[in-house]
Amino acid sequence: MKILVIAEQRQGKWNNTSFETLAAAQQIAKDTSSAVSALVIGKGVVGLADELAAKNVAEVLLVQHDLLEAYTPDGYCMALSQVIASAKPELVLFPHTYQVRDFAPKLAAMLGKGMIGDCVGYRNEGGKLVFVRQMFQGKTAADVTFQGAAPWFASFQAGAFRSDLVAAHPSGKAPVNLVTVDLKPEQIRTKPLDLFKEAKSAVDLTQAPLIVAIGRGIKAPENIPQAEALAKALGGEIAASRPICDEGWLPMERQIGSSGQTVAPKLYLALGISGAIQHVVGMKGARTIVAINKDQNAPIFEIADYGVVGDIFEIMPALTEALEKAK
Amino acid sequence: MNIIVCIKQVPAKDAPLSIAGNWIRESDIGFEMNEPDSYALEEALRLKEKHGGEVIALSMGPERVKQTIKEALAKGADRGIHIADDNFAQLDPLGSAKSIAAAIKQQKHDLVLTGLQSDDKGFGQTGVLLASVLDVPHATIIMAIEVDGQKMRLKRELEAGWFQHIECPLPAVLSIQSGINKVRYATLKGIMAAKKKEITTIARESLGVSAELTQKVEKIYVPTKTKKTEFLTGTPKEVASKLVEKLKFEARVI
Repeated sequence: MKILVIAEQRQGKWNNTSFETLAAAQQIAKDTSSAVSALVIGKGVVGLADELAAKNVAEVLLVQHDLLEAYTPDGYCMALSQVIASAKPELVLFPHTYQVRDFAPKLAAMLGKGMIGDCVGYRNEGGKLVFVRQMFQGKTAADVTFQGAAPWFASFQAGAFRSDLVAAHPSGKAPVNLVTVDLKPEQIRTKPLDLFKEAKSAVDLTQAPLIVAIGRGIKAPENIPQAEALAKALGGEIAASRPICDEGWLPMERQIGSSGQTVAPKLYLALGISGAIQHVVGMKGARTIVAINKDQNAPIFEIADYGVVGDIFEIMPALTEALEKAK
Repeated sequence: MNIIVCIKQVPAKDAPLSIAGNWIRESDIGFEMNEPDSYALEEALRLKEKHGGEVIALSMGPERVKQTIKEALAKGADRGIHIADDNFAQLDPLGSAKSIAAAIKQQKHDLVLTGLQSDDKGFGQTGVLLASVLDVPHATIIMAIEVDGQKMRLKRELEAGWFQHIECPLPAVLSIQSGINKVRYATLKGIMAAKKKEITTIARESLGVSAELTQKVEKIYVPTKTKKTEFLTGTPKEVASKLVEKLKFEARVI
């Protein structure tokens, strides 16, 4: 089998989950006696192609065009569908990034194929690949298989594989092959404008060693001071899952998860957080995770070191008091 | 400006799920409007208030999904379309999108909105695939929409706190990011008015769409634990002091 990894860059900088996907591809290749190629797309990305060529890949495909300087779903789909038609990979793998979510399903559909997105793993069942992804906000896992002929498309969730396990090229460098694509300006219907960050966040949660995070279980904004008191007693920062910031109960800069900050504190105390994937990718690197939730089946318990099944409104004040006493 | 909002009905957030093969036992649980779609509906209603036109709430699924369409009508959508299919849980994202696109084509529209993803299967592909099948441009994870004649200026959310403005012509499909707005509640007046609003039911088979599977969910199951969790039990006070002990002397993080 021929596996093609579509690596992601923006303005000449890698999205690091690309290397996690490359690690996944190398592992699948080992399991199925396949060969891995990697692809970089953009303009002025020769240096990035060389970086990929230092990894254990059969070849690097370099797709460059003036119209690919800034990402557009039309430009990427037009270019990549041409590359896939000529390179004929059986399995095309992507990191599950916001950008991939924006174009990869369309790319697959242009070729009449489906994409299994947001996978957390795979199994090789006698030569047939089974992809594992989460459903019902992480409450269940699902085994998903491709139907019909190749090419097949799949993306891997951030953190599903380890980028530090990417194998280097055994003899130095893989060949970098330039693939020319035919694109016309009128094929690109959307126009990307300025890239920007909102007002620099006052708090850098990535540097906080202790974090108290709240989720839907907090129920109402008037309950937040209880969590803040707990954070204060702990000497930590308050943070939240997306729904809390969507409601405006805490500012967006306190959000942990795929659309917020990714943190790896010494202690992460999750209060009333169910543990949906989008949140978990932002905090599963924490050294110690404590989860308090009334639902014993909440997926957050799957990654917790210490768990308490109970009412956060009873435990928060008790824990605040115990922490004050322990000082 | 005529806007079609695609809304899915999903198991209620606190519903206890009982697994049955590659889906869940539906008879045991309640259903509700997919929360990410409620933001798309709200955005559609706001655009209508600003630019006029009508908002059509579209949902696919068995008879039960009419309840969710009614909820959208009560919030202010003008009419509803129900694509009836008792077996729709077995469709894959491409098959769903082809079916929805076929129904959308029958309606005069300028814009199609979807939520970011569903809280049940969570593929998050419907909007992008709809655009592909309808052959119109799309953009996802949208945090702001400004309509200016036949084009829109959009704010897209990227990762790690980055955003991007993009320009997109109409007609188009947009996937709305959760949190873009504050969702309204249905008023009593709205609920009464909804009773008179029309819901058109179209049988999915009548759309003539081949929904051959490109991928198949073979089975779903409770995930295997990767970490050994130590559960602490007792009264809140006991639990609190046990936890402080553990964090101090075992995990040594405080």
